[in-house]
Order: sequence, then C-alpha cells, then structure tokens
Amino acid sequence: MSKLTSLTIAEARTSLKERKFSSLELTEAYLAAMEQARILNAYIVETPGRAREMAKASDARLAKGEGGALEGIPLGIKDLFATKGVHTQAASHILDGFEPPYESTVTANLWREGAVMLGKLNMDEFAMGSSNETSYYGNVINPWRRRNSNAALVPGGSSGGSAAAVAAHLCAGATATDTGGSIRQPAAFTGTVGIKPTYGRCSRWGIVAFASSLDQAGPIARDVRDCAIMLKAMASHDPKDTTSVDVPVPDYEAMLGRPIKGMRVGIPREYRVDNMPADIDALWVKGAQWLKEQGAEIVEISLPHTKYALPAYYIVAPAEASSNLARYDGVRYGLRVKGDDIVSMYENTRAAGFGREVQRRVLIGTYVLSAGYYDAYYVRAQKVRTLIKRDFDEAWNRVDVVLTPATPSAAFAPGEITDPVQMYLNDVFTVTVNMAGLPGISVPAGLDPAGLPLSLQLIGKPFGEVTLFQVGHAIEEAAGRFEAPVWW
Amino acid sequence: MMNSEARVADPKDWIKGATGDWEIVIGMEVHAQVLSKSKLFSGASAEFGGEPNDHVSFVDAAMPGMLPVINEYCVAQAVRTGVGLKAKINRRSVFDRKNYFYPDLPQGYQISQYKQPIVGEGTVTIDLEGGRQVDVGIERLHLEQDAGKSLHDQHPDMSFVDLNRSGVALMEIVSKPDMRSADEAKAYVSKLRQIMRYLGTCDGNMEQGSLRADINVSVRRPGAGFGTRCEIKNVNSIRFMGQAIEYEARRQIDVLEEGGTIDQETRLFDARKGETRSMRSKEEAHDYRYFPDPDLLPLDLEESWIAEIERDIPELPDAKKARLMQAYGLSAYDAGVLVAERASAEFFESVARGRDGKLAANWLINELFGRLNKEGKAIEESPVSAGQLGEIIDLIQAGTISGKMGKDVFEIVWAEGGSPAAVVEARGMKQMTDTGAIEAAVDAIIAANPDKVAQVKAKPTMLGWFVGQVMKSTGGKANPQSVNDILKIKLGI
Repeated sequence: MSKLTSLTIAEARTSLKERKFSSLELTEAYLAAMEQARILNAYIVETPGRAREMAKASDARLAKGEGGALEGIPLGIKDLFATKGVHTQAASHILDGFEPPYESTVTANLWREGAVMLGKLNMDEFAMGSSNETSYYGNVINPWRRRNSNAALVPGGSSGGSAAAVAAHLCAGATATDTGGSIRQPAAFTGTVGIKPTYGRCSRWGIVAFASSLDQAGPIARDVRDCAIMLKAMASHDPKDTTSVDVPVPDYEAMLGRPIKGMRVGIPREYRVDNMPADIDALWVKGAQWLKEQGAEIVEISLPHTKYALPAYYIVAPAEASSNLARYDGVRYGLRVKGDDIVSMYENTRAAGFGREVQRRVLIGTYVLSAGYYDAYYVRAQKVRTLIKRDFDEAWNRVDVVLTPATPSAAFAPGEITDPVQMYLNDVFTVTVNMAGLPGISVPAGLDPAGLPLSLQLIGKPFGEVTLFQVGHAIEEAAGRFEAPVWW
Repeated sequence: MMNSEARVADPKDWIKGATGDWEIVIGMEVHAQVLSKSKLFSGASAEFGGEPNDHVSFVDAAMPGMLPVINEYCVAQAVRTGVGLKAKINRRSVFDRKNYFYPDLPQGYQISQYKQPIVGEGTVTIDLEGGRQVDVGIERLHLEQDAGKSLHDQHPDMSFVDLNRSGVALMEIVSKPDMRSADEAKAYVSKLRQIMRYLGTCDGNMEQGSLRADINVSVRRPGAGFGTRCEIKNVNSIRFMGQAIEYEARRQIDVLEEGGTIDQETRLFDARKGETRSMRSKEEAHDYRYFPDPDLLPLDLEESWIAEIERDIPELPDAKKARLMQAYGLSAYDAGVLVAERASAEFFESVARGRDGKLAANWLINELFGRLNKEGKAIEESPVSAGQLGEIIDLIQAGTISGKMGKDVFEIVWAEGGSPAAVVEARGMKQMTDTGAIEAAVDAIIAANPDKVAQVKAKPTMLGWFVGQVMKSTGGKANPQSVNDILKIKLGI
C-alpha cells in the first residue's frame, strides 16, 4: 500500500480514472502513513472518518465515469482554512474548540473538484512565523535531516505542516497560505514546490486573516505539475471577497513543457544580499545557466527598493494583524478566561490565548498605527510598497520573469534562531512579492553540502502564473526531484 | 458660503450673563440610519426589532475569515442624501477601520470613512420663526457601520450582547459650526430629517434610534473667536437636543464667568434631570488607530451612475414649498405646513389639482390634519382619500352643499367611506337652491316673528338671527348666501 502514497497527483489521477485502485485505497494508504509519521507533528487533526466518506463518494462518481479535476485525491488542509464542522484554529489557543459553521471558498472549490480531506495541518500560530515553532500545537519536524545527523530541523513556516506533510507523503498535496513567504519558504526547506499566486487570484473568504492586503492562498505539492493542477482548482473569482479578481483561470497544466526559448529572465542585482551562503549564490547562477541553455535570455535588472521591503513588510503586516486579531476577545467564540470585568476578561483571554510571537506582532501593529506614529511608520511603509510595485512595473518592460533564490539558507534547527529580527530575515527574498501583489513560485533546484534541499524563486507579472509554471517546470526538468529519505 | 466663525447670532438669541452677552456656537454630527433592507457589509436584515441576534450573519458576528462586501444600495442612499444636501459627491472614497474594543463591536473595529468620505461639503437651509432662513454648512457625510447593543439587565452578573444592529448602515452627517441657538439646532435636525424622509434615505424615526446626534457646543462673546467646545453624545430627540444645548451653554457661561476654563470633553445628556455631565476628558479619548480597511477596495463611483441618481431625485421641500406658493397662491406658512411631509404635499396636490388651491389647503390644514392628529394617524392612513376630499370640495364649489354641510359629509366619509356625492344624495343633504322654496321659508319666519322684524330694522345685525331660523327650518340645506339676500330684500334692510 505504501507505494500508493508515492504517486503524484497527476499519476494518481490517471490510475483512479483507470480504476487501477480506488480513492478509498489511496486514502487508507495516506491515513496509515499519517499514523506512522505522527512524530513529524504535521497534522493537528486527522479526519479519517470524513476522508473515507469523501473517498467513497469519489469512488462512486469515478465508477460512473464522472468526477472533477481532483476526484479522489487526498489532501491536507492548513488549519487557517475554515472547514465546516472541523477544527479550525489557526494553530492558536485563542480559537480553542472553534469549529466553523461554514467552509472557506478555496476548500469548497477543492471539494467540488472531488478532493478528499485527510485532516488539518499544523502551522505557525495565525501564520506568524518562519519555522513552525509558534504553533500552540507544537513544532513541526522537517522530514529532511542533515546528512549523517539525527538532529531535527524546522520545516519553515508558516505553512510548515503543509510542506512537511507533502514532503513526507502524508498527503498528495496541501493547501497553504503566504503573507510574506509562508508558502515558498517552507516549500524550499522541504524540497517541495509551492506557489503564491497573484493577490486576488484565490478567494480569502473563510481563511483566518493575518494581513488582509498580503494574504494569499496557494498549494504546496510535490512537483510543478501538481501545483498547477491544484491552483487551477483552488482559484476563483468570489463575490464574497471584493479583493478577489474576476479574471478567468487558465489551464495551467497545458503550459507545462512548452519551450522557454526567447523568454527574458531577470536577475535582480539587489538580491545578492550580505552574508549570502556561497551554495545559494552558486545555485542561483546554475539556475540562470539552465534557463539560458534552454534558450532563455538572461537580463540583469535592478529592483532598487528591495532593501526597504522587509522593514516595510514588518510594519504593514503587523498593523493589519493587530486589527484583524481584535475580534478574538473571548466574547463570542473560542477561548474565554474570566475576569472581574470586561477589560480584565479581554486581558486574561488574550494573554492566555495568544502566543509570544502573535503578541509581539499585535504590539508592533498597535504601535505603528498609533496617533503620532502612523505617518512615520504606516504611511511611509505604504509609500515604500508603491515604490516596490513601481520597481517591478519597470522591470516588466525588460523581462518576462524574475529569478531569485527562495531563501537565504537551508532549513535550520529548532531553537537555533531566537532573535525575532534574525527570524524575519528568512523572508528577505519572498516579502517583496507579497508587497507587490505578484505571483511567486519556489522550485527545488539542488542540495546544499549537508544534503538539504534548496530552491529558486520565480516572480511573475500579475496573473502571470502560467509563465511561472512554464519556467518552473523547465528548472524542475533540469534540476531533477528531491525526496527526503524516510526515517520516521 | 460664509465663514463659519464669522457668523454672529441674532442679538435676540444672545444669552445674558452676569458679565455681559454671550452667544452659543453649535456644530452637529447626526447619525442617520440608512433606509435599506440589508446591512452595509452583509446580507443580513437591517429591520428594526426581532428577537436578540435574529438578524446576524457570520460577517456581523465577525467570525474568523469573514469579509465585508459593500451594499450598493446603501452607497446609492448616501449619494442620494448628498445630492439632497446640495453637496459634493466624491467619485472616490475609502473605508477605514476605527479600532477599539467593546463587547458590542464584534470585529474590534468599526468600518467607517475617515479621510476620504463619500460626500463632501454642502448646505442645508433652515427655516426659523418669522420666516427667517439660515444656511448651515455641511462639512461631510460618510458611511459607517452601527454597533450592536449590550444588555445589562438579563443576568445577575453577566451582560448579554444583541448584534441585530451590528453592521447596519449609518450616515454620519457633520455640520459646520454654523448654528447659534438651540432653536437653530432643532430646526437643522428637523430639516435634515425632512430632506432624508423626502429622499427615502432615512425614516427619521427617533424613538427607534434611526436618527441621533452628537452636539458640539461652545460659547463666546458675540463675534469673538471660537471657544473650547464640549461634545454631548447621542441625543435622540429634538426636544432633548434643545434642552441639552441650553443647559450646556448656561453651564459653560457660568464656568467662564467665575473665571474658569472649559475643558474639551465628551458629555452625556441626562434627560431625566435635564442636565449634561462629563463622560470622558480629551486625555481619556481613544486612539482609534484609523487605517484604510484592507478588506475593501476604494469605492469608485461612475459619473453616469451618480448622474442617474441625481436625475431621480424627487422635488425637495424648499423647491416644493416655493412651487406650491407660486402655483396655488398659498401663504408661506400654509405651504410650509403642507410640505412638512412629502406625503402631505402629494395629498394636497392631488386634491388641489384643477381646484381652488387655497380652499384645498384650508381643508387639509384645518380639517384633515386636525382629524388625523386627533387619532394619531399618518397621512398615508387617512380614511378620507384625496379623491374623496376633492369631491367634497367640488360639491361645495358647485353649491350642491354648503361649507358647513361639507364638514358633515367629511365626517360621514371618514367614518363610513363611500362617494361624497352618493352620501349627499342618499341622505338628502343637497342644498336648497330653489329660491321659491327659500322665499317660502323666509316668509314663514317673518310672519311668525313680527316683534323681531320690528327690532331688525333698528339693529341690522340681528339679521343673523333670521338666517339661523331659516337654516333651521330648512334643515341646513338652504344656500346661506341666498337666504341672506332674500332676507335683506324682504326685511328691507
């Protein structure tokens, strides 16, 4: 049975259609794998009952020759997505016991296409973190280890559960979200592929909000094709989210394998940051070389405001978060810790319900929006954001896609980074993409000297996901695929 | 538009203090509930009443992951109101979050408009006693969400929250500090209410909280610079507004005359005691941390869409009043009474069309309104329709019935309905126009009262007694004018 879990979505899709095995069999294989891999702590909640029910329903449709694009495919769902009647807590204690009476648009789209839900995936609390160490439900362990080492590594964050589950074959694919790199960085740390689509491509309705102007849902999967299949199903225009955009969803998969000859690939000089490990720099050069060999034109470009992106991001995102998280007040749902009066109830509830990182960001956000600081911080950060967008707008006159490293390092050990600012630097290559609302994909491209996966990032024009899949696929073809040896 | 600070009150509105005269400066923030079936950002019902938490969607309860979607109808209502206030409609406006914690504010922020409201500067002309008019400047109008309601009397040591109102659309209409007396403030709110009721954008129902005001009051020596103001929160009746302003002005004058200074603060009006008291000082004021709501894109209005709304704006009270005066020869007072409500004016016009306008106005103001008032009925509920009233007036005009008889017919139609002409016919109420019959009745009275005949020659005003007798003997059906004329001839006076 364990072989079934090694199939990609595309492979399983074909076999399911040909009735080589049933969705129930495939689902059982994943449920068994999940049980065996609990040490990774990728799932917060497993939903075997629901999974089997959904699989049986898929089998019935498949038997009739019917079924959607993901018919019978077992997926893991990040705990940030509202799933009707199922634990949805953003890995936070403050949403203790919360089971929403509604389904997020993205997951509803997946179920409509026939996907099967295996459970809810661990993550950094409220998607705030780059190592999956802030979850109320404990750290997620990266399936990857350094060569000749038994030491645990972080899977990245915030979608650490999604990335670990995909890398360890505990689901065929997973939903994730990305506010500053939360899809692309954990995908890079686990040798998986993750795409953050253009802001507005996927509906945010029913996704617990972190920073509304930056949050975007996307898939993490084993390869570029699986990501293309999943994003096609997840994306939609949703009247319930006025920031979602009414642009038709293309058939991403159809673009895979098309030659990239003549494609202009930008290499932004500002991404060559201080203290960048040599292997990352080398990988970047190698990536450009592969694309050049396939006929692409490599163009050096400048994105001059890049260095302001991270500081500006850490103003905008906490500002929005401080307001978005105000609703967790103990009045209507989730945790309530009693107090002598309403104010002490608020204080007790929020002190007990939010972890340290969330509290830190709520405080930063409250500070930067305060009277007397608003103009100096929030307004200025918004101006930076406009300049970052303009940088890219100008770049699009010269190139079709931008190539950068995905992360400044490979996966690190839990507890290794304790300084929050040092932790925030993990997002240095990814935040600009969110600030500009652009799509970005992270594709595994090699291993570092310790045998850990490293990825390259491709940044596209608004709604240029098609190009990202096309070029990402070219990198994947050149680099090959990377799988964590099973130790759990 | 004149400079707000420069406007000096009518000296009769000055307040005499121990050290000289003072004038009041008033600006208002009126919160008007948008007349709409559903809430500003959710599909939930905006209806008044219902059991607690009957009208609450996931958005109104701020469930995780829920997003606001702007209600286009509410936006149209705000634009309509803006047009009614002769104000600038902003093609682009922005929704902001006003952040504060309160149990009846589920999101932890109110979605409002801060720096870029949907409506900019405008003017409202208020009507004061003696026909005096004053222009009050409008600073802005913006859309925002209402909060829910905390219920403190349901449980010994807990408070409950009712979110039925949470998310209902409000228009906050901010005036310039252009008012100079409690009467002006009251006239301003009445006028706003009237305009919005004409537009159908707010029902103006103050008992249900559809219209309430925060009042900024300061005092100064007539014509001096603005003084420090205090804000009286959430006053929900026009009468209370007058009381609150007068009390607050007096309080501030007393403080100043005793050598004190006014602290800028928020105050509450206690209607029971008729006084205002401090709620919180400026130092305690919230820092609302306003910032643009990232869940909502800026609101961009198409010029053509605004034009369509402008085209469909009904005739407003000022224009209607002027037209009624012109077209029907009404006095300013009568026209003012008739246009108080759009429905009354429309009722009037359907009665007056093709008839004597003054007569129609008299019938409405003296008979119909009096009767409706007595029974607490609105014009829409009038048992006598415009058609029926018109018919009564026609019967009088044609001389078929007398004016007095007309009132009887009105009462019968009020109570029993039916066509006035049929009522007159069926009950034999037709006026006697046959001069022969009237002459006979006159002759009979003259013959029966020789003593009175002698007296009337000396005192012609006694004619009235003869008229009364003839009317009585004819069951009120004789045409009073004919009776008069015939009596005069027969009595030789």
